[in-house]
Amino acid sequence: MGNSVLEIRNLKKGFDGNGVLDGISLAMGDGEVVVVVGPSGCGKSTLLRCVNGLETPDSGEILLDGAPIGGMDMVQVRRQIGMVFQSYDLFPHMDVLGNLSLGPVKALKRPKAQVEAEAVEALGRVGLADKLHALPRQLSGGQKQRVALVRAMLMQPRLLLLDEITAALDPEMVREVLNVVLDLARDGRTMLIVTHEMRFAEAVADRVLFLEHGRIVEEGQPAEFFHHPRTERARAFLDTFEFDTVKKT
Amino acid sequence: MRDLAVLFKGNNPARLLGGLGVTLKLSLVSVALSVALGLAVGVLMTLKNPVIRAVMRLWLETVRIVPQLVLLFLVYFGMAKAFNLQMSGETAAVIVFTFWGAGEMGDLVRGAITSIPRHQSDSGAALGLTRGQVWRFVLLPQAGRRLVPQAINLATRMIKTTSLVMLIGVVEVLKVGSQIIDAARYDAPQGAVWVYGAVFLLYFLACWPISLLARHLEKRWAC
Repeated sequence: MGNSVLEIRNLKKGFDGNGVLDGISLAMGDGEVVVVVGPSGCGKSTLLRCVNGLETPDSGEILLDGAPIGGMDMVQVRRQIGMVFQSYDLFPHMDVLGNLSLGPVKALKRPKAQVEAEAVEALGRVGLADKLHALPRQLSGGQKQRVALVRAMLMQPRLLLLDEITAALDPEMVREVLNVVLDLARDGRTMLIVTHEMRFAEAVADRVLFLEHGRIVEEGQPAEFFHHPRTERARAFLDTFEFDTVKKT
Repeated sequence: MRDLAVLFKGNNPARLLGGLGVTLKLSLVSVALSVALGLAVGVLMTLKNPVIRAVMRLWLETVRIVPQLVLLFLVYFGMAKAFNLQMSGETAAVIVFTFWGAGEMGDLVRGAITSIPRHQSDSGAALGLTRGQVWRFVLLPQAGRRLVPQAINLATRMIKTTSLVMLIGVVEVLKVGSQIIDAARYDAPQGAVWVYGAVFLLYFLACWPISLLARHLEKRWAC
């Protein structure tokens, strides 16, 4: 891969002596969608949090467009990396428009009128045109996460990190959020996604990483990984999502 | 019923209102000082430094456990004796109520700041906001919304508690009421119920609008 948007070299991170990430290396090309799956506590979220500097790695290197972020101002780095979290992280004291324009106007110092016009347009694309002045508490979980995605995208990030963005949603709302992510993938957005939705992972991923105990155990094309996993560990993990072979009696 | 007239005898209405003025002045000064100090104290209370934590804890427990009246006597009479410090009752009152109010206000500020979930500052940071911007646009507005209704309730509690200062010789609204009753002991033996009733009404008129405001803000800012 010639020009990596994101490159991670031998990343290690521990909390209080417990190794959470144990030497992760990864390179992502422009427009590539990489999905990270693995059991709870395998380090998936920590990996994403290290990439945008919410956690500081113990060792290893992270490069954004070829430049190591270790030597850069993290605020500048985060302006190029969008992130959406599992919890509903909209700002509850601002309406939807306020949430959408805060980053571009305050962090990027872009003209307010222009940002708001973009916000209205982007909100329409995710089917929330009528929620422009709604407060977060008036929205459903699925609507909040769609707003959070739009908020991240309005920063025009080089890379988008999605950390289990549907994990806290009621099942009937998962689809509306994942459709937005699929649209972003079709638009050629570079995304690093952590998810427990295996069917979605298969649909959206260009490449799948299977993480366990802070290491990449298996890496491959989605069709290959989900239907013919090479490692026993990956097979066992994928089996936990299947109920075909489970019988009550 | 005829003793109701005592309320309107001579300049009694003006005296009662003057007393209310003293009550409100003491309250206002103490509340203003408490809010100003409490904001700083609250930030100190969120720090992890063990020495600061211990001092803050001791302060807060003191003002919660020791009755305000004891603190008033301690400052007004105790200090005068021990350090030959003569101060007016009003000064002693402002010192005690500010000591109490700033501690309580600090705890409210601490609570408002720490009640904001961690992911709020994470999301602000993830949007590329600087630390200062995260505080200014994300954390402080939310803390403020939680704080203001509670701070207003504290203010009404302080207004009510200033009635204790009559016991260190400050002539505020309750003291004026007692004086009026004493003076009319023979002319209007049933006057007490009317005079204290009037004092009740004056406190009510002072605190009720403030309480309404707190409730209104609480509803409007519910997240």
